[in-house]
Amino acid sequence: MLNPYIPIVGLFALAAAFALFSVAAAPYIGPRRYNKAKVDAYECGIEPVDQPLGGARFPVKYYLTAMLFIIFDIEIIFLYPWAVANDSLGLFGLIEMVLFIGTVFIAYAYVWRRGGLEWD
Amino acid sequence: MPDLSAPSISYLGLAPVLIVLGAACIGVLVEAFVPRHLRWNAQVSLALLGTVGALAAVILVAGRNELTAARAVAVDGAALFIEGTIAALGALSILMFAERALDPAKSAFVASAALPVGSSADRKLATAPYSQTEVFPLASFAIGGMMLFAASNNLLVMFVALEVLSLPLYLICGMARRRRLLSQESAVKYFLLGSFASAFFLYGLALIYGYSGTVDLGEIREVAARSGASDALFVTGLALLIVGLLFKAGIAPFHAWTPDVYQGAPTAVTALMASCTKVAAFGAILRLLYVGFGTSEWTWRPLIYTIAIVSMVVGAILGITQTDVKRMLAYSSIAHAGFLLVGVIALGDAATAGRGLSSTLFYLLTYGLTTVGGFAVVTLVRDGDGEATHLSKWAGLASRSPLTAAVMTLFLLGLAGLPLTSGFTGKFAVFRAAIDDGAWPLVVVALLASAIAAFFYLRLVVLMYFSAPAEDGPTVGVPGLPTTIVLAVTAAATVILGLAPGAVLDLAEQAAVLVG
Amino acid sequence: MEIPGTYAEASGLLASAWLLVGIPLIGAAVLLLGGRRLDKAGHLIGCATIVLDFVLAVALVAALAGQDEGEKAVTDTLFSFIPVGELQVDIGMLFDPLSAVFVLLITGVGALIHIYSIGYMAHDRARRRFFAYMNLFVAAMLLLVLGNGYVTLYIGWEGVGLASYLLIAFWYRRPAAATAAKKAFIMNRVGDVGLIIAIFVMFATLGSTSFADVFAGASGLAAGTVTALGLLLLLGACGKSGQVPLQAWLPDAMEGPTPVSALIHAATMVTAGVYLIARSAPLFDLSETARTAVTVVGLVTLLYGAIVGCAYDDIKKVLAYSTVSQIGYMFLAVGLGPAGYAVAILHLLTHGFFKAGLFLGAGSVMHGMNDEVDMRKFGGLGSKMRITYITFALGYLSLIGFPFFSGYFSKDLVIEVAFDSGGTLGWILGGGAMLAAGLTAFYMTRLMVMTFLGRPRWDSDAHPHESPAVMTVPMVVLSLGSVFAGFILVNVLPLSDWLEPVFGPEPEVDHVVAPIVVSILTTIVVALGVGAAWFFVARREVPVRPPVNVSPVIKAARANLYGDAFNESVFMRPGQWLTRAMVYVDNRGIDGAVNGLAAGLGGTSGRLRRTQTGFVRSYALSILGGALVVTVAFLAVRFG
Repeated sequence: MLNPYIPIVGLFALAAAFALFSVAAAPYIGPRRYNKAKVDAYECGIEPVDQPLGGARFPVKYYLTAMLFIIFDIEIIFLYPWAVANDSLGLFGLIEMVLFIGTVFIAYAYVWRRGGLEWD
Repeated sequence: MPDLSAPSISYLGLAPVLIVLGAACIGVLVEAFVPRHLRWNAQVSLALLGTVGALAAVILVAGRNELTAARAVAVDGAALFIEGTIAALGALSILMFAERALDPAKSAFVASAALPVGSSADRKLATAPYSQTEVFPLASFAIGGMMLFAASNNLLVMFVALEVLSLPLYLICGMARRRRLLSQESAVKYFLLGSFASAFFLYGLALIYGYSGTVDLGEIREVAARSGASDALFVTGLALLIVGLLFKAGIAPFHAWTPDVYQGAPTAVTALMASCTKVAAFGAILRLLYVGFGTSEWTWRPLIYTIAIVSMVVGAILGITQTDVKRMLAYSSIAHAGFLLVGVIALGDAATAGRGLSSTLFYLLTYGLTTVGGFAVVTLVRDGDGEATHLSKWAGLASRSPLTAAVMTLFLLGLAGLPLTSGFTGKFAVFRAAIDDGAWPLVVVALLASAIAAFFYLRLVVLMYFSAPAEDGPTVGVPGLPTTIVLAVTAAATVILGLAPGAVLDLAEQAAVLVG
Repeated sequence: MEIPGTYAEASGLLASAWLLVGIPLIGAAVLLLGGRRLDKAGHLIGCATIVLDFVLAVALVAALAGQDEGEKAVTDTLFSFIPVGELQVDIGMLFDPLSAVFVLLITGVGALIHIYSIGYMAHDRARRRFFAYMNLFVAAMLLLVLGNGYVTLYIGWEGVGLASYLLIAFWYRRPAAATAAKKAFIMNRVGDVGLIIAIFVMFATLGSTSFADVFAGASGLAAGTVTALGLLLLLGACGKSGQVPLQAWLPDAMEGPTPVSALIHAATMVTAGVYLIARSAPLFDLSETARTAVTVVGLVTLLYGAIVGCAYDDIKKVLAYSTVSQIGYMFLAVGLGPAGYAVAILHLLTHGFFKAGLFLGAGSVMHGMNDEVDMRKFGGLGSKMRITYITFALGYLSLIGFPFFSGYFSKDLVIEVAFDSGGTLGWILGGGAMLAAGLTAFYMTRLMVMTFLGRPRWDSDAHPHESPAVMTVPMVVLSLGSVFAGFILVNVLPLSDWLEPVFGPEPEVDHVVAPIVVSILTTIVVALGVGAAWFFVARREVPVRPPVNVSPVIKAARANLYGDAFNESVFMRPGQWLTRAMVYVDNRGIDGAVNGLAAGLGGTSGRLRRTQTGFVRSYALSILGGALVVTVAFLAVRFG
C-alpha cells in the first residue's frame, strides 16, 4: 500500500545523510583559509553594516523593509504564471491581476504614509 | 501548455465577502491618507458599513445555490446563513470596538502596541486620550476571512481564509489598553498555537491532495466514494484537517488556548472571537465533513461523537472552578462547542441534510448573539484597573446596578438554556435533531453537561443578587451609544428567539442547503 | 352545534383581537418601567388602557355579531412557538361568543374597578405599582380567555396567578398579606399541576394542544383518557376558582386591596375555572364521570361556602365565602353538561356584576371607617353612606335572589337544571342548591343588618363618610347591572342564543319539577333565610365582642368547618414531617450524593485545571497529543 512512497523515504534518508556528512566532513577535508568576508554575517551580498558580532539585535526597521520586500517578492511570483497564461486568460486575467497588484499597492501605500520606509 | 480558461465568477454571490474585505482595504487607505482627527469616525463608519452592507448583500442574494469561482466558493443556503450571522455578529463586535464612553482614555485599545510595557512612554500613553484605529480594518479583514472560511468549497481557499481570519486576530488580541502584559501574552500564545494548528491543517491538506489529486471538496467526495476510501493517507489527512478546524472552533481537547486568550484579549475582541470565529469554524466543519467527506461518514462519525462528549464535559466541569468571568465564559464556549457538535452529528447524510443542519445554524446564531451580549456586559463592570473580571468583584452587583445585573442574568440564563430564552430553543432544536438521528446517548450526556454548566452560570446570578456587595466594588460604567445598541439588540434577540423563534427557525430550515 | 374545533379564519377588525391583550400589557410595561416619573399620571394611564380596551372589546363583539352564521368563532394564529419537529405549539387568538362574553365582563367590570381604584388608592404611595399590576392582570386574564389552545390559555392562567399573587401581597410589609399571597400561590400551584399534566396528556395522545385539534380528536380517545383529562382539568379549575378541596386560599386573599378582591377574587379570575370547564365542553361531554365530579365539587363547595359565610364577622371574609359558594353554583351548572353551560355563564355574568358591586361597597365602607373590616364595629351606617347603602342593598337583593333581580334569574335557572338532571342525584343537587340559597339569604341579611342598620357600634375615632364620586359612580353602574342584567340576558338579549354556536342548542328536557314551582319554593326558602336572620340578628343588640359560648355548629363554622385545620393536619403536618424526613434524607443521602458529586466535580475540575498551566509548550503538547489520538483513532476505525 505504501509502496509508492518508499522512494520518497529513500530521498529523505539521502538528504539527511548528505547534510550530516557535509557538516561532519567539512572540518576534516576542507582547507582553512579565513578572511574578513568569510566571518562576516551574510546579508544578501551587500556590505555588512557595522555591528558587534555575536547576538546583537537587528533594528526593527530592518524587518519592516524585509517584509515589504517579501510582499513584492510574492507579487512577482504571481506575475510569472500570469504572463505565461496571459493569452488564454485574456481580459479576465488582466483585470484580476490589476486588482491583485492594486491590493498589494494598498499595503505599500500604508507603509509609505505611516513612515515605514524611513530609516530614521 | 495546459488548457487554461478563465473561470466564471458570480460577483453577486461573492458580494458579502467582497464588501467586507473591500471595506477593510479602504480602511487601510484611510489609515494612510486621512488626517488623524478624522480617522476614528471614518474607520468606525467604514467597518460598520462593510459588515452591515454584507448583511444586506446576504439578504439580497439569499436563495442562490451555486458554486462559483471555479467551484472554489459555495454560495448556498448554509453559507449565506452563516455569512449573514457572521456579518451581524461582526457588526455588533465592531460596535463594541467603537465604544468610547467606558474607558477614561476613550478606547479599549492601546495607542501604540509596539511600546514596551511599563516604559515611561507607555505609562504616559496609557491614560492619554490617544487611540489607534488600525483595529477596525484588521477586524474587517478577520470578519471577511471568516465569511470566506465558511463558504469555501476548496481546501486551499479554506486554508487561505483560515490565515486571513487568524492573522489579524493574533494581532488585535495583543492590543488591550489595560493589562497589556496579559494581552500580549495571549496574542503570542494564540499566534504560536494557531500556527501550530494551521500546520496540521496544511499537512492534512497535502495528504488529502496526495490521495485524491484534488483540493475540491466535491471531487474529494467523488474520489473517496469511487475508491471506497480505504487508504491510510486519506484517513490521516482527514484527521489532521479536522484537528486544524477543531482548534479554531475551540473544541476540547484542542481548547487549551481558549481561556488564556479569551481572558487576555480586549473584551471586544474576545466577543468577536467567541462569536464570529466559532460560527465560521463550525461553518467550515459542516462543509468539510458533509460536502467533502459525507460519503466516508463511518470514519469520522465515532470520533466526532467522542469529541463532542469530551468538549461538553471538559467545558462544563472546568467552568466550575473558574474565578474570572471571562475565563468562565471561555469554558462556557468550549461546552457550547460540544453542544454544537451534537447538532453536527445529527445532520444525517449530505443529501438529506435538513433538521440537523438547520438546528445547528439556529444554535450558532442564538449562541453568538447571547455571547456577544455577555461580553458586552463584562465591559461595563470596571474598577480603577480597567474591567473588573474577578468573580468576587461581581458580588452584590444587583444592588448597585439592577439593570446591568438583570441583563447579565438574562444572558446567563440564555447560555444555560433555560426556557423562554433563545438558548433553550437552540438546545431544544439541536437535541431534538440528535434524538431523531438516533444519537440519544449523546443527548443524555449533553443534558448532564448542561446541568453542570447551569451551575456556574447560576452561581454568578446568585453572586450578583444574593451576596453582600464587595467593599471596594467596581463601578458600573454608563455605556455609550454603541454598547447600548449591542446590549439592546442581543438582549432583545435572546428574549425574542426564546419566545417566538418560529420565523428564524423557518429561515434556518430554508437555509439548510449545502451544495457541492 | 358546529363540529367541535372548526373555527373560521379571523379577518378585518376581528384579526386585531390580540390588541385586547396588547394594550393593557403595554400599559403595565409603561407603568412598571416608567418609574417615579409616572407617579403622578400612573392611575390615569392605567385606567385609559382598560377603557380603551373596553371600547375595542365592544367593537369586536359587534363585529362578531355581524359575522355570518357558522362563522361565529374566529381564530388567528399569531406565531409559532417552538416549531421543532412534531412539537408545533402555535400561539393564537380565538374569538368566539364565549370569549366575547368574558372579554366584555373583564374589560367592562375591569374599567369600572380601575376607575374606582383611583379614589380607593388615592392615599397609597405605591398607586402606580398598583395600576401596573392591575393592567398586567387584565392582560393575562384576556390572554386566558382569548387563547386558541391550552398552552396559550396556560400562559394567561399563570399570568393571572402571578398578578393575583402580586396584588394580594400588595401591602407586602404586612405579614398577613405576605402569608396570604404565599398560600394563594401554593394552592394554585396544586391546581396548575393538574392543568399542566392535562396539557401533557393532550400532547402525548393527540399530538397537539390547540382547542381545534384537541376537540376534533377527543372522540377518538379512550374513555379512560378523556375522564382523566376531565378530572385533571377539574383539579386545575378547583385551584383557580377556590373550590373544595382547594378553597382555603380565597378568603385569605382578601388581605389585598378591596378593588383587587372585587376584580380578581370575585368577578373575573376566580371564574377562570368555570371558563376552563365550559371551554372544554367537548371533552366533558364525552365523560359522564368527569361531569359528575364537577357537579359534586360544585355542590359541596356551595354548601360549604354558605355555611361558613354565616359565622364570620369580617365583612370581606363573608363576601369571600359567598364568592366560594356562588362559584360552586357555577360549577354545579357547568357540570350538568349542555343543559347547564349557558346557565353557568349567565350566573357567572350576573355574579360578576353584583359581587363586584358588593365588594366595592364593602371597600367604600372600609374607606369611610379607617379600613375596619369587623362588622361588629359597624352598624347604622345606612344613614351616613346613602349611596353605598343603596347600591349595596341592590347587590344584596340580587345575590339572595330577590324576585326579578339579576341573581334571581340566574340562580333559579341553576337550581332548575340541577333538579332537571334527574334521578336521586338530581334531587340531592337541586335540594342542596336550594338549601344554600336560604343560607345565602341568612348570611347576607346578617351582613346587611350588622353593617348598615341598627345602632352604631363604631370605634371612638371612626368618622364614617360617603366616598367620593370616582368611587360611587362605578358602584352605581354595577348596581344597575345587578338589577337589570339578569332580566336582559334572559328575556331581551338571551345569552343562551348568543352562546349557541359554542355549546349547541339547549337540549329539550322534561322538567322533574315545574320551573314555576322551583321559583316559588326557592323564594320561600330565601324568605325563610331572611326571616331567620331577622329573628337571630336584628331583634337583639349585636355584641361588639363575638360571644364565646356558642353551639359546636357555629364554632365549626367560625373555624371555616375546619378547612384550614384539615389542611393543617392532613397536608401541612404530614407535609412537615415529610419535609423533615426529606430534609434528613436530603442532608444525609441526597446531599451527600449531590455534595459528593459536586465535590467530585469540583475536585475533577480542580485537577483538570492543573492541566491549564499557562505554558504554551504544554498547550502545544496537548494539541499534539490530541492530534495523535485523533489520527490513531481514525486509523484504528479504518483498519481496526
